Amino acid sequence: MGCGTSVATETRGKIVEPDDTAKTPCPALTMKAAVLIQRWYRRYMARLEMRRRYTWNIFQSIEYAGEQDQLQLSSFFSFMLDNFTQLNENGPDLISQLLDPVVDPWLGRETGYNLIPVPESYSGPRLSFPLSVSDTNSLLGAFKEQQTLHARYVLQLLYETKKLLKQMPNITHLSTSYTNEITICGDLHGRLDDLLLIFYKNGLPSAETPYVFNGDFVDRGKKSVEVVILLLAYLLLYPDYMHLNRGNHEDHIMNLRYGFTREVMQKYKTHGREILQLFQDVFSLLPVATVIDGKILIVHGGISDQTDLDFLSSIERHKVKSTLRFPRRSLEKLDIDQSQRQMKRGRSTASSRPSSSCSHSKNQRTPNQRKRRCGQRRQDSTVSTSSSSSSSSSSLCSPRTPSALSPRPCPSSPSMPCNVNVLQVPFLDSLSSVAPPLPLQHDLEWKQIVDILWSDPKTQEGCSPNIFRGGGCYFGPDVTQRLLTRHGLQLLIRSHECKQEGYELCHGGKVITIFSASNYYEEGSNRGAYIKVGRELVPRFYQYQVSHTTRKLTLTQRVRVAEGSALKALKEKLFSHRSELLSGLQQYDHKNTGNVSVSDWAQVLESVLRLDLPWRTLRPHLARLAPDGSVEYKSCFEDMESGIPLPQVTPNMAETLFRYRTDIEIIFNIIDKDHSGLISIEEFRHIWHLFSAHLGVDIDDRAIDDLARSIDFNKDGSIDFTEFLEAFRVVHKLENKDQQLNEKMDGDKYS
Amino acid sequence: MSRRRSEQRLKRLIMSLTTRWMSGELWQYREREIGTIIYSLGCFPSQADLHDLIAEVEEDQTGYIHLDSFLPVMSKVLLEHKFPPIPEDLLLQAFEVLDKEKKGYLEHEELTKYMTQEGELFTQEEVDEMLTALADHEKNVVYYKDLINQLTIDPDM
Repeated sequence: MGCGTSVATETRGKIVEPDDTAKTPCPALTMKAAVLIQRWYRRYMARLEMRRRYTWNIFQSIEYAGEQDQLQLSSFFSFMLDNFTQLNENGPDLISQLLDPVVDPWLGRETGYNLIPVPESYSGPRLSFPLSVSDTNSLLGAFKEQQTLHARYVLQLLYETKKLLKQMPNITHLSTSYTNEITICGDLHGRLDDLLLIFYKNGLPSAETPYVFNGDFVDRGKKSVEVVILLLAYLLLYPDYMHLNRGNHEDHIMNLRYGFTREVMQKYKTHGREILQLFQDVFSLLPVATVIDGKILIVHGGISDQTDLDFLSSIERHKVKSTLRFPRRSLEKLDIDQSQRQMKRGRSTASSRPSSSCSHSKNQRTPNQRKRRCGQRRQDSTVSTSSSSSSSSSSLCSPRTPSALSPRPCPSSPSMPCNVNVLQVPFLDSLSSVAPPLPLQHDLEWKQIVDILWSDPKTQEGCSPNIFRGGGCYFGPDVTQRLLTRHGLQLLIRSHECKQEGYELCHGGKVITIFSASNYYEEGSNRGAYIKVGRELVPRFYQYQVSHTTRKLTLTQRVRVAEGSALKALKEKLFSHRSELLSGLQQYDHKNTGNVSVSDWAQVLESVLRLDLPWRTLRPHLARLAPDGSVEYKSCFEDMESGIPLPQVTPNMAETLFRYRTDIEIIFNIIDKDHSGLISIEEFRHIWHLFSAHLGVDIDDRAIDDLARSIDFNKDGSIDFTEFLEAFRVVHKLENKDQQLNEKMDGDKYS
Repeated sequence: MSRRRSEQRLKRLIMSLTTRWMSGELWQYREREIGTIIYSLGCFPSQADLHDLIAEVEEDQTGYIHLDSFLPVMSKVLLEHKFPPIPEDLLLQAFEVLDKEKKGYLEHEELTKYMTQEGELFTQEEVDEMLTALADHEKNVVYYKDLINQLTIDPDM
């Protein structure tokens, strides 16, 4: 086919079109045009993909760093428990209840539900036990209509579930020969919409549609209560077709921080505590693993080189109420291995981090002990307890002040920790009534469970402590292979990690990660997925994504939204570590110019924030460059400020409050027994004092008093802590401007 | 940029794309990831170029790339400006070539046909993605003039 008289040439400058009258451009031109478009488009997608990836990294790093913060919190609660009598004379507070259960855990939690009246006006589901399909259907309907199940039924449901779970072994064995395909779902994290979508697409649990839910039903999402009630209801309805594995979030200490506790207390003001108690029991009674046809192992986190399914079957799983409560151990056993403490990238252990690390005031330690204690800082969250390289059990909790098996109030004043020589840690819950077994046995049992619930796979061979998380291990393909071979298995299915496509294979296809909470980090961040597996034991993947926006966002918009959200969270991290960052940066800026090189800047940020992120790539979003290409480091903090200016607050204090805002909120909610939103100044002072002592932050009493008085806006001796927290919310000054800019660039016509 | 610095930068870039990768590692790559990395660095290889590059660094067609082989090759590509970018004004002309009737937009079927049958062929998946990302969803067409900005602006790096 001819091109007519004109010749189509492509030079660096332009394409010359053929004659205007030719309707069909010559094929060479078409091809060139197509190639151009294709190449440009691929590049565009590549850039977008890269931004999506590092946005992902940001979310994930902050999430895991937050989980490490959790360790501080759990030890703080124990510290509080050990060191002062009840804040209020009227019976034990929630903290004591949660952390220090009665001697016989099965007593005293039971049939109270019978006495709870259900008013006529209650229009929600009225369950009758044993449950029937109409009960579960009414639950589904009610939850879709945003109704809440009455506390009486919640308690009864939990009580019945407890009875059922007690009869179940640690490892559930399933067979595909009696059922159709088995559906396996991963983390839900309180996303009711995702659960409903799964049920819609795949069918409700039944003999034809058996399910395995692989842990992490609660926390983070707003409908954890509804999600877990539905799952437990189906468990009661069809114990042969509905199977649940425990996840690391089925843990009352994790729940304190990640939202489940708060959600329960908000939805159930009167009976919240009892409900939480029962949940604690139910969670610890959940089976820890499922095996299909003796070939497919399903656990929430993963495995370690110590994992032994036979041993795992034999232990009493309910004793591990929380993986964050460290089993009892004597001081001699604590062997802090230098090499273990080194982070993967050989981060140096900066010595200038007195605050936020040592969880004790220093005066009660001998110099030797103090050194070892301070060695267990947040940044070196790995401390090995034995010479075994895979042992990471002690990293989940730092040992703290003494407590006997049943803690007794400290004779000295509440603010002074007890002065004892031997370092002990609180004993595992509920063992106080039984003659304690050999400590070593106990550690091994606890470790089995921790590894199952917290480990992550890695590509390198071997098994190393999971310092990212602060618990469990990283296990390599060789560890997987060995376990599979030893037990005659062929596949490991696990969850625990969010994946962009909802699932991911690794270890040559022998390990599958399945994650069922779509949009986990942010709208559009990821899909959810579930697996179906039949007699031939070949997994098939089904993906989905819940969409909340009524208008469909373009890909660019979605990436932008997620990116914006991630960067905002990251900036808040910077803001809440401002003092440390500035002092670190100033060390590279001897001449006080206000500038440092890009690599120095990246170096300081990485070592202070301990987030494994591509700092150089992110730099344009975080800080300005000077004309000479160096970073004007103070520009990082320019567009952020605190919610309400509080002149009494020193920068040090402000940052601590920013950093621990979530934790402080939880503590407030717990202390505030009558849910009035107010706590007394006395309580506030007390808590703050302990908290800061625990963190090793140096804040004098007067500053705290001043702060308390200044927050007491109506001078009536009580503090509205919502207002207080509002002061420590980071406000992004330039937020509106950024949003406008974003909109402009995307083009309004696509919105 | 010195070779060493660009290698470090590359390393970081790759690390940000693959989670928890460790040095000395064999990297089980996905072809699109290689493309992503190279495009992100401002290079414009053709598909053939990409395949050649991969062949150069891959370990005996196992699907694995050793990062230690990849880095120097990639650095060389960067330093030698091996796959230079194409000027942006050509993009509009390219669309206009395909828009035979000069409508100002391309219909789904038109674009699909060209992308999957001409040049460096798109897979069906790529086309679907492209249409989802770029098309006006109400009218089901691609207003390419408005897209040009979107496709060429590089707000970040």
